[in-house]
Amino acid sequence: MAKYRLTMNGSEKTVDVDPSTPLLWVLREELKLTGTKYGCGISACGACTVHVDGVATRSCVVPVSLIGKREIVTIEGVGSDPLGRAVQNAWVEKDVVQCGYCQSGQIMSAVALLKGTPNPTDKDVDESMGGNLCRCATYVRIREAIASASRQIKGAA
Amino acid sequence: MRPATELNRRSFIQLTTAATGGLLISLYLDKPSLIAQQPPPPKVYPPDAFVHVRRDGHIVITVNRLEFGQGVQTSLPMILADEMDADWSKVIAELAPAEDVYKDPLFGIQMVGGSGSIAHSFQQYRELGAKARAMLVAEAADRWKIPPDPCRTENSVVYGPGNRSSSYAELADGAAKRPVPQTVKLKNASEFRIIGKRVPRLDSHAKCDGSQKFGLDLDLPGMKIALVAHSPVFGGRVKSVDDRDARSLDGVRDVFEIPLAKGSAVAVVADRFWTAKQARDRLKIDWDLSGVERADTVQLLAKYKQMAATDGNVAINRGDTKAMDRVPAANRIVAEYEFPFLAHAPMEPLNATVKFEGDKAEAWVPSQFQTMDQMVIAEVLGLKPDKVTFHTEFAGGGFGRRATTDSHIPREAALIAKRLRGTPVKLIWSREDDVRGGYYRPMHVHRVEIGIGRDGMPVAWRHVVVGQSLLAGTPFAMMIKDGIDETAVEGAKDTSYDVPNFRVSVHHPTVNVPVLWWRSVGHTHSAFVMETLVDELATRAKVDPIAYRQKLLKADAKKLHSVLELLDQKSGWRKTLPRGRALGIACHESFDTAVACAVEVSIEDKRPRIHRATVAVNCGLAVNPLSVESQFQGGLGFGLTQLVAKGAITLKDGYIEQRNFDGYAPPYIIDVPTTVEVHIVPSTEPPTGCGEPPVPVISPAVVNALSRLTGKRYRTLPLTTI
Repeated sequence: MAKYRLTMNGSEKTVDVDPSTPLLWVLREELKLTGTKYGCGISACGACTVHVDGVATRSCVVPVSLIGKREIVTIEGVGSDPLGRAVQNAWVEKDVVQCGYCQSGQIMSAVALLKGTPNPTDKDVDESMGGNLCRCATYVRIREAIASASRQIKGAA
Repeated sequence: MRPATELNRRSFIQLTTAATGGLLISLYLDKPSLIAQQPPPPKVYPPDAFVHVRRDGHIVITVNRLEFGQGVQTSLPMILADEMDADWSKVIAELAPAEDVYKDPLFGIQMVGGSGSIAHSFQQYRELGAKARAMLVAEAADRWKIPPDPCRTENSVVYGPGNRSSSYAELADGAAKRPVPQTVKLKNASEFRIIGKRVPRLDSHAKCDGSQKFGLDLDLPGMKIALVAHSPVFGGRVKSVDDRDARSLDGVRDVFEIPLAKGSAVAVVADRFWTAKQARDRLKIDWDLSGVERADTVQLLAKYKQMAATDGNVAINRGDTKAMDRVPAANRIVAEYEFPFLAHAPMEPLNATVKFEGDKAEAWVPSQFQTMDQMVIAEVLGLKPDKVTFHTEFAGGGFGRRATTDSHIPREAALIAKRLRGTPVKLIWSREDDVRGGYYRPMHVHRVEIGIGRDGMPVAWRHVVVGQSLLAGTPFAMMIKDGIDETAVEGAKDTSYDVPNFRVSVHHPTVNVPVLWWRSVGHTHSAFVMETLVDELATRAKVDPIAYRQKLLKADAKKLHSVLELLDQKSGWRKTLPRGRALGIACHESFDTAVACAVEVSIEDKRPRIHRATVAVNCGLAVNPLSVESQFQGGLGFGLTQLVAKGAITLKDGYIEQRNFDGYAPPYIIDVPTTVEVHIVPSTEPPTGCGEPPVPVISPAVVNALSRLTGKRYRTLPLTTI
């Protein structure tokens, strides 16, 4: 076991865990932030996506020991950022979710995409969202919600 | 009443549990008396079990179903709230625990399946809403000392003559004490205020900010996490286990063998998931595989093809069996189709949490089969079912996987909780457990021979289906009649295409691979066969694929005719396709809902790229058109699971060759249509299901487009090469 100090959604948290524990399980079981989901454990589905220093990261394969001082943002914290809020709103506006289990990861990937590419093409969406699995296949509305969020942030700028 | 051989999935559970008093389910369980004690659902549903008006004006409506994406947590309350004239903005929906009053009115057990949620509970929820409204009106009228007739209701308020008004919140306590009316007048369709509107989901916000709790998110004081090491070959038994390395890890609480329906397994219990996983990885288990059949999909395929060459048990035989002999060989099509095993792989891994306290227990399960899951937990713990408080947890998808006929997940959880008396235990099946755990859509081979008449229409059709029975060896085995499991031939034997000489037969081999219904069940493969062959006939006849289908369909296939006509109007784009793109058409009726689909497809990087899909649906009255649209947009994507390159589970010498989403990869965003337009045939007929009917049409539609691009026929799934 080892102690780690994590910067999480803008505040500091200390956890005492096995250094090999993936960030995902630290979030879910130590910090009780269950919005980040376990889907595969091998970074193949994207349900566990969080931001590590603003980069969309699959938390199921990143040991907590590698995080260091990097800033972590999860689905519970992304709404405090105007872009994150805009994406969440667009998701609600387009009634995207079905079972909803993958949507935290989808939203985190979409926010990271729009941060770097505020006006993404279909191809940009294919590439950035291409690793986020949705078994309900809500992909058509995910595409629509990203386009809507993109318009919203342009309108606000 | 239909004749017994005509039974379909919608009615068989009702028969099993109601008509036979659950006898067959009992036979399957160790303690036969339990299901016999299950009373049928009540004839009259008490409104207080379904609707509760809070003093603050919120109206809590109980949903007698699992919510796992299909949207009933919104649609069923819409129905009740409409008849009740409730203020929709104040409605809160809750999932019901396992109780008799929440059983499906038709199936007789509490469950989601057969696309029956709205179809079976539409009338029930309307009556509940109307009764609640009548009780509120009666209470207001009593207070005002007037008869109830002149009162009207709107947005949770009763209005009386002379500017009298009273809110439902004010009336609720008194209304609840009043007798429940036996009969109530329901609204005319023209009076609906919520039903038929595009109403956004009630669970949307919670599912976008991370606050929605699913079964896997459950956190209880003192809770432990359990993982189970299963035999790598189905049915293997633990010969010996060396758990010293596993037990040496900090936070491991127990390691022990548990019995399974077939063979046994090793459970690992720890404080945390990661500890449990590491401990399980360290177990050294010697498996006894003696006497266990080692399924091998290459060998199975060869065997199935051999079986398909001979007639099976005859599911339907219409006309003259010798008609084929009169068709010259040049006018015949002989087609052989191959379908693999498919895992459901819902996004939320399978799980169940159980706490055993000696004389009672509590369970938290994202379950499609509450009644049976509760019963099995009770049976394992030696309790009566009503001593098991059963909470229905939100599920991250399911597609049939959470409706197992043996409740094996809750059973494992109960076995573990029994040993850890007093401690809540959450059993988690990792993604590897899920992909390798069986309960797949069965592998199938179809062989079809078609004789074509001079007019280009089929005159003779001989069809042999080979695939494991879903029902054999389950509590529903009594539904197998004359060696025919209807779930294997549905969509083929009951086709609405009018072929004068028509024969479908089926073989059900026994294979050591657990199988299960997979969203749309038999239609997953039967529709693919029917719709690709009919398209091939249209191409040979040089007739437009929509027009050909319209000509071949029976006149009384009204729903299918209605969707083909609507599709014809709405897919005008199909007449001016860009170079390199082709049109694919398919239509199919399942679960009483008819669907027609047009897709625009090109080939990019040797894969089909689906640029758009236009869908026409006839599902009777669309209770929530927004939700119907969601189900169709998503259901098409789900249906593509069997077309993607890695959409197959294969076995070699008993071992499953896939492990996770690397080897078994369902459709990602690039694999599905970029846009999907859904058009609903206006209707006031009773609503029919929308969960499963989207699935069957998409794969044949895409493949029909590919055939137009390449001239080839695609009869082997998954589609590994084009």
